[in-house]
Amino acid sequence: MSELGQPEDPTIERGITEGPGGVSTLTRQDFMSDQEVRWCAGCGDYAILAAVQSVLPGLGIPREKFVFVSGIGCSSRFPYYMNTYGIHSIHGRAPAFATGIATARPDLNVWVVTGDGDGLSIGGNHLIHALRRNVNLKILLFNNQIYGLTKGQYSPTSERGKVTKSTPFGSLETPFNPVSLALAAEATFVARTYDVERKHLPEILRRAAAHRGSAFIEIYQNCNIFNDGAFVALTGKGRSGNRVYLEHGKPIVFGPDNSKGVRMKKDGALEVVNVADAGLDQIMVHDEHHESQSLAYALSRLSSGPTMPTPLGVFREVEKPVYGDGIERQLRMAAEQQGPGDLSKLLNSGDTWTVD
Amino acid sequence: MSAQIAPPGTGQERKELDRVVIRFAGDSGDGMQMTGDRFTSVSAFLGNDLSTLPDFPAEIRAPAGTLAGVSAFQIHFSDHDILTPGDQPGVLVAMNPAALKANLKDLLPGGLLIVNEDAFDKRNLEKVGYTTNPLDGGSLEGFQVTRIHMTKMTIAAVKDSTLNKKEAERSKNMLALGVICWMYGRPLEPTIAWLEKKFSKKPEIANATIAALKAGHAFGETAELAAYSVKPATLAPGTYRRITGNQAIAFGLIAASVQSKVPLLLGSYPITPASDILHELSRYKNFGVRTIQAEDEIAAISMAIGASFSGHLGVTTTSGPGLDLKSEALGLAVSLELPLLVIDIQRGGPSTGLPTKTEQSDLLHAMYGRHGESPLPIVASYSPPSCFWAAIEGARLALKYMTPVIILSDGYLANGAEPWRIPAVEKLPEIPVRFASQPNVGEDFWPYLRDETTLARPWAIPGTPGLEHRIGGLEKADGSGNISYDPDNHNLMTLLRQAKIKAIEEDIDPLEWDGDDDARVLVLGWGSTYGAIGAACRRLRLRGLKVARAHLKHLNPFPKNTGELLSRFDEVIIPEMNMGQLSKLIRAEFLIDVISINQVKGLPFRAGDLEAEIEEHL
Repeated sequence: MSELGQPEDPTIERGITEGPGGVSTLTRQDFMSDQEVRWCAGCGDYAILAAVQSVLPGLGIPREKFVFVSGIGCSSRFPYYMNTYGIHSIHGRAPAFATGIATARPDLNVWVVTGDGDGLSIGGNHLIHALRRNVNLKILLFNNQIYGLTKGQYSPTSERGKVTKSTPFGSLETPFNPVSLALAAEATFVARTYDVERKHLPEILRRAAAHRGSAFIEIYQNCNIFNDGAFVALTGKGRSGNRVYLEHGKPIVFGPDNSKGVRMKKDGALEVVNVADAGLDQIMVHDEHHESQSLAYALSRLSSGPTMPTPLGVFREVEKPVYGDGIERQLRMAAEQQGPGDLSKLLNSGDTWTVD
Repeated sequence: MSAQIAPPGTGQERKELDRVVIRFAGDSGDGMQMTGDRFTSVSAFLGNDLSTLPDFPAEIRAPAGTLAGVSAFQIHFSDHDILTPGDQPGVLVAMNPAALKANLKDLLPGGLLIVNEDAFDKRNLEKVGYTTNPLDGGSLEGFQVTRIHMTKMTIAAVKDSTLNKKEAERSKNMLALGVICWMYGRPLEPTIAWLEKKFSKKPEIANATIAALKAGHAFGETAELAAYSVKPATLAPGTYRRITGNQAIAFGLIAASVQSKVPLLLGSYPITPASDILHELSRYKNFGVRTIQAEDEIAAISMAIGASFSGHLGVTTTSGPGLDLKSEALGLAVSLELPLLVIDIQRGGPSTGLPTKTEQSDLLHAMYGRHGESPLPIVASYSPPSCFWAAIEGARLALKYMTPVIILSDGYLANGAEPWRIPAVEKLPEIPVRFASQPNVGEDFWPYLRDETTLARPWAIPGTPGLEHRIGGLEKADGSGNISYDPDNHNLMTLLRQAKIKAIEEDIDPLEWDGDDDARVLVLGWGSTYGAIGAACRRLRLRGLKVARAHLKHLNPFPKNTGELLSRFDEVIIPEMNMGQLSKLIRAEFLIDVISINQVKGLPFRAGDLEAEIEEHL
């Protein structure tokens, strides 16, 4: 074992290797596995897979350093289609497996793929704790507001009143807002995008990849079998009026000719106003890096669903200590202060006596 | 046992005893565990063999003076090798009426009873239902009672300090320790040095505790209390230390990491009585040990599996309720075929059960507590020091056969302490580990292409170019590891997983036995009953009765000679701290109708009780 407790193997290099020979030649094809993709025809997952496979070659990271971890659900088949290292684990626990990987091996680039059922229902606990610890993970939450793999039950992001197989009289539950949840869980990077956004999705993926610490992306994803059109009011052709694109340092405006804007009311809540009526100086300027997550949280509450003006983009990005880095620092300090581990000394520590 | 009770000598001429069992009992806040621990330390220092049994309530501070709050620590020390913490104490130190009431029934007839009579006031007596003071009536006539004003003497001893009365009183456990140290000829210096170090930042407390300790010792001498001595035991030559089971597991894990050159990552959620392993391992970061206190039991094992996938030895520590929660992830580890150690410190169940009390009732859970055909090796420690061996052996099997392994210990082994002959590092087993570095099928890498001998799959860890692969809980095609729903493949993979574990029987020590060659009865045990069974059989044989005993350290697979060995005897008796779990396995595996002796009291068997029960079958 090396001094810091990395596996002693010639093939393992410590630290993130930026662009060694050959890496720059990686292409999208290099990240496609030989497995047949088995999502339903027309599923939003295809677009997300393609976006991820197109973004990774440009990150300057060797392919063998990527690990994709998932739980259970349609989205969780994702790792099988990536020609990287990967684990298709058990329902809801992907953030915990990924925490183990990223903590053991800070040199790896670990991505979690989860869904609204996997990540917010059975695995809600692991998701919030991974975010709270700020483990160096990129977490993609595919939100289709339905259980797909079990064939159409309501999920923790399904709207109230949703009629599904398990709620024939309508759901009685208030849905989670994943962005609000991530912000409240102390996430250091929180963003939202959607499956068929050809430019925005890859850009957000690149932003997440560049963030050190937990990066959480909610990706609205259409399930064309069990919840088709759930996001059409936001993502449909000619429906761009509801898309509120967030850009750091710029006023939050949207709609035809950016005629609408977001203003903070006296009670701290946000409202949508006509920019012309309110005046541009009244419109909120987006600040991704604000120390407090209150503004980002208020933005996340602007809409209660994709049928209303809905912010897309990076809600928050701040630098905070990264869990794995802290562990490495403690290991290093212990080795400096106590010297590298000496087994004989350890076993003979404490009160000993000798029998001749 | 009556050897413990003997006419006392004096300070000048101590009466020599070959062994003594002392029980310290008081309120949870009285510091009885620390008192017992210090007496143990000084007895180890003197070279006695010893065995301890801490017995405390789950509540941190139950209401003072109540039966629920009684905390006790029993130590058995001797001039010869002993196997158990003793059935019944010959000496009981009772710090209050509750401690007396809860423990008097165990004190040997004629035993020494040392009480803090200051605590026997009306209020404390009423709390435990004494209508009259038992110290005054004739109810204690069968014992040698020594009444000491421990509280008053402690306050007097520390009167020069700035501590208030309540703070001063807290040193009365050290006064009691001083008394007992005088009676059994134990030096005070090691305890004084320990107190000085422990309270180095609180000199007032250090001074008070030392003053109380010395006052107790001086009182013993002045009052001419009974004086005994117990000579050092003749142990095998070597360097010794005292070790608890949990500490031994932590050391064993670190040793396994050093021997295999595979770093350790522990994912753990606090649970009694396993938490001390997390505490202990968290201290040894200079060995590259990573510890994560997870958000729950499921996360803890999941983190460990993630670490194993990444080339570390993933470990998770828990007790019964936690093992329940880990079941699904453990099944995944069976399917992923990754090295993993799950360490279960068994406690009384079901449900929350008896968190601080011992039991052996998770064996069938370890064997079968997962859905699907999900075999894995099980290793069991049998004494506090053997926990060191169990951790190394578990790691060896996990790494060699690419499999999760369950290590079973229990609350008694976890907290109990015994002298441990420290092994030489050079004598520890090598644990060779080789990570895959090359494709194994042309230019491809197949994660489930097995080693022909061990049936283990290759361990290819992230960061290795060209070996990128995906594994998961879905059934995998033999060899390639791709998802497969093929009926024949599932059948084959099930058989392969089973065969891999079964073949481990070739790689473990055979089941050994000792006793009379012409014995017709074999007593078979596993886990922490080792000492009690050994002591019971020893007593029977000393009385001229014929008996043999064997102890299983591997519960899955069983050692290869198990069936053959058991069938040599007319009767096989299995004492267990459960309702007969090993008995069920032995019956099912070998068609031998064993006799079960069962006890689930949250306490170890008493050797005397086992002796009587076994004798009925001889």
